Amino acid sequence: MSKKPVLEAKNILKTYGRVVALDDASLQLFPGVVLAVVGDNGAGKSTLIKCLTGAEVPDAGSIEIDGQEVHFRRPQDGRHAGIETVYQTLAVSPALDIASNLFLGREIRKKGPLGSIFRMLDQAGMKKAAKEEIMALGIGTIQNISQAVETLSGGQRQAVAVARAATFGQKLIILDEPTAALGVRESAQVLKLIQTLRDRGIPVILISHNMPQVFEVADRIHVQRLGRRAAVVTPKTHTMNDVVGIMTGALKVEEKDQTLQPIR
Amino acid sequence: MSTEVAYDAATEFMNRDSFSTKVQNTLHRYPWLSSAIVLAIALVVFGRFNENFLTPNNFSLILQQVAIVGAVAAGQTIIILTAGIDLSCGAMTVFVAMVMATLTFKNGVPPVLSFIIGLLLGVASGAFNGFLVTKVKLPPFIVTLGTLNIFVALTLIYSKGRTVRNTEVDPFFVLLGKYIDIGEFRITTGVVAVIFLYLILAFSLRFTGWGRHVYAVGDDIEAARLAGISVNRVLMSVYSLAGLVFAFTAWVQIGRVTAASPNVGGDLNLDSITAVVIGGTSLFGGRGAIFGSFLGAILVGVFRNGLTLAGVDLYYQILAVGVLILFAVSVDQWIRKARS
Repeated sequence: MSKKPVLEAKNILKTYGRVVALDDASLQLFPGVVLAVVGDNGAGKSTLIKCLTGAEVPDAGSIEIDGQEVHFRRPQDGRHAGIETVYQTLAVSPALDIASNLFLGREIRKKGPLGSIFRMLDQAGMKKAAKEEIMALGIGTIQNISQAVETLSGGQRQAVAVARAATFGQKLIILDEPTAALGVRESAQVLKLIQTLRDRGIPVILISHNMPQVFEVADRIHVQRLGRRAAVVTPKTHTMNDVVGIMTGALKVEEKDQTLQPIR
Repeated sequence: MSTEVAYDAATEFMNRDSFSTKVQNTLHRYPWLSSAIVLAIALVVFGRFNENFLTPNNFSLILQQVAIVGAVAAGQTIIILTAGIDLSCGAMTVFVAMVMATLTFKNGVPPVLSFIIGLLLGVASGAFNGFLVTKVKLPPFIVTLGTLNIFVALTLIYSKGRTVRNTEVDPFFVLLGKYIDIGEFRITTGVVAVIFLYLILAFSLRFTGWGRHVYAVGDDIEAARLAGISVNRVLMSVYSLAGLVFAFTAWVQIGRVTAASPNVGGDLNLDSITAVVIGGTSLFGGRGAIFGSFLGAILVGVFRNGLTLAGVDLYYQILAVGVLILFAVSVDQWIRKARS
């Protein structure tokens, strides 16, 4: 695996009026890694992620993707660069079917004049592609691709959102508390999906409050505290208590004890 | 897979659909179905009361009567699909009709040019509503309540309250009043034009990305935004297109009454909403089929016509329409409950 980070954010500063949300924050993401971002409320997790996706524009600092500096102004910019985000709010349209949701905002038109002049959608093609993606992710409990999303359980809905991200996320997939609205069994479904994504080699950033889940799927844990990176550790080198300690400031980790290098 | 549940007797019981759930699911899929059923029953019942009801002649009359409400309801539907509402649609239609007819009659503008100016005026009026909804971020109900009064006032100011009578209307504007008789069935060009309008809109809603986005915005505006849809652009397109539809309706209306009067069409806004709701489109947005609105308009027309032929007093006809509306909204609510 390459030693270069897929994504590197350096010295990001973001303020909202007098509130300093991010103060010299940095983040590195290496290929094939599930990076969990944890931190107390107000530590700047969400702001950091919003800066990465283009939902917010940082006041200072730089963001590089594959070594190229990028300047996102809108969420669409991040999307074009291959960054997909799954939100905790189950951001799917209930009345539309699974295939429509998967391609929502990125519909494929028919070839030839039917598509270019009459702007007809290639519904059969999209259904087929959606079915393949759902199968590839092993979401076997979804039987019918033309089912309205509102007929699905919360976990299945979130699976549709993850499938959408997996279909279009070329570089990186960000999951913002994807299990916050889900039950235990449904959360397990989503965690399994995260592992499937990693096995495909797509790096994942997982924002979560749920320590057991973080320790279950994450390769690295980025602990955010008071607007900056407090430490990067792994589930192997540190325990849950250590991580909570770092989050609250009770525990300081020396740089030599952190895991800042690419894997192997 | 460890997360999958064994398919035991309990889950089978959970998955077993009762009759009422089956009905709910079918209605959920085809929201216009309940109005189609009511229409079928109404046809049979009214047919028994009066032998003149089930005649081609009477049906062509009903179609002509509902064409204008049906056309306005088409524009109303796409707005309601985005969880909006347009109270100004009738006033806009009358405004455009007056401008079209008066420009040619008084100022001698060539009728085709007046027609195009009228269509552009409709788009601009709709876009003005859309601007207030998307940029000033006012609720559609309030926006169109305000513009309703503005359009009524503009109509009266512009026309000075004067009707362009049938002897004064340019022949171009009554083109949609022409008809051909097929046996006893009289089909007017206006009715044909409205059906074409529905076909075009139905196609756009069903088969294009724009149509998907209209539904998605009405369904869950935040989810649509997060999915990367330019929500404001969709809303602007919907209100502007609706304005174009209302302007087109102005042409149909002049053709039907062979005059342009500032004092007609006051009820078009509520009548169109009635047609949309009875046609199974949800006022909460995101659900419904445009075809249902035409069915809804016809259903109201059939009730009015059938009750008249059965000798029922006008007051009771209004009562019947009221009951129909409440029935349609209750069914919609029941369907929604099935799924949440």
